[in-house]
Amino acid sequence: MSRRARLWLLAPALAGFLGLLVWGMTGLPGSGDHQGAVAATIARTAVPERHATNVVTTVTLDYRGFDTLGEEMILFSAALGLVVLLREQRGERKEEVDDDRAAGRKAPGTSEGLRIFSLALVGPTVLLGLYIVAHGALTPGGGFQGGVILATSLLLVYLSGKYLALRELTPIPALEAGEALGAVAFALIGLGGLIASGVYLHNFIPLGTPKTILSGGTIPFLYLAIGLEVAGAFMLTFLEFLDQTLLVRSRSGG
Amino acid sequence: MTAAVQVAVLLLVAAAGTAVVLTRDTLKQAIVLSFYGLLLGILFFAYQAPDVGLSQITVGSVGVPLMLLLTLAKVRRREADREKGE
Repeated sequence: MSRRARLWLLAPALAGFLGLLVWGMTGLPGSGDHQGAVAATIARTAVPERHATNVVTTVTLDYRGFDTLGEEMILFSAALGLVVLLREQRGERKEEVDDDRAAGRKAPGTSEGLRIFSLALVGPTVLLGLYIVAHGALTPGGGFQGGVILATSLLLVYLSGKYLALRELTPIPALEAGEALGAVAFALIGLGGLIASGVYLHNFIPLGTPKTILSGGTIPFLYLAIGLEVAGAFMLTFLEFLDQTLLVRSRSGG
Repeated sequence: MTAAVQVAVLLLVAAAGTAVVLTRDTLKQAIVLSFYGLLLGILFFAYQAPDVGLSQITVGSVGVPLMLLLTLAKVRRREADREKGE
C-alpha cells in the first residue's frame, strides 16, 4: 500500500478516535469534585476509623488490602521471571573486568564531577527512600515508591564507576531473601488479621495516634514489607540488566 | 490557577508524547521517553494524585528508560563484536 493510501486510511480513523475521546471526556466530572458515594464516605471515615492521614493508603492497604497483595505477588513473580531469564546461560561467560574498562569505557572513563556527584547523592537517596517508606500512612508515597527510590541508589553507585566493587560486596542471596521475606511478611500480617478477628488482612494492631509514624495499625508494617519486597525486586532487576550489559558475553564473543 | 496548571501540563504531555513517537533514533527515544514519564508524573500531581505521581516518576522516568538503555547498550555491543569477528 502506498504511503498516500495509508495516510488517507489513517486520517478518518484518527478523526473518529479524537471525536470519541473528546465526547467521552466532556462527560467526566470536573477535576477535584467527584461526587461518588464511596469516595465521600472513605474521605470522611478514613482518619477516625484508621488513624491514617494519607487516605489513599487506607484504601490500598486496608479496605482493599487484598488487591495490593495480588499486585505485590505480580511484582514478585515478574522479578523472579526476569532473574531466571537473564541468568548466565550455557554458551555465555562472565567477563572479568575492572571498573574503568567495563562496557568498553576507555581509561579516563566517567568525568570526575559525575563520579563525585553521584557518590555524594547515594546517602541522601537512601535516606529519602527510607523516609517515604516510613511515612506512607501519613503523606503521599509508601512502600512501592520508597522501595524504587532505594533501588535507584544502586544506579548512582553505577554512575560513580564503582559498580563492580559494589557487585562484589552485594550479597545477592541476601537481596533475594529480602525480596521473598517482604512478600511473605505481607501475607503473614494478613494472616494476623485472620487470627485476631476472623477477616484476612483485617487491621488488628492498635491504631496509634494520627499524624505519628506508627499510626494506622497494620499500614506502616505492611509498607515496611512492601518496601523490602520492592527494593529487593528492583535492585535484582537492575543488577541483572547491568550484569547483562557489562559482564555477560556469549562464548563466541558477542 | 489550578485549571491553568492542569491545561499547561496536559499540553506538555501531549507534546512530549508526540515527541516520543517522532523520535526515530532508539537511544534518543529512551531519553525523550524518560522526560515524558516525568511530565506524566507532574500531570498526576496537578490532578491531585500525588501517590500515583510518585510511582509514575520513579518507574516511568527512571526504571523503564534505564532498562531500555541497558538493553540497547547490550545489543549494540553485540553487533559491534559481531562486525569485528567477521
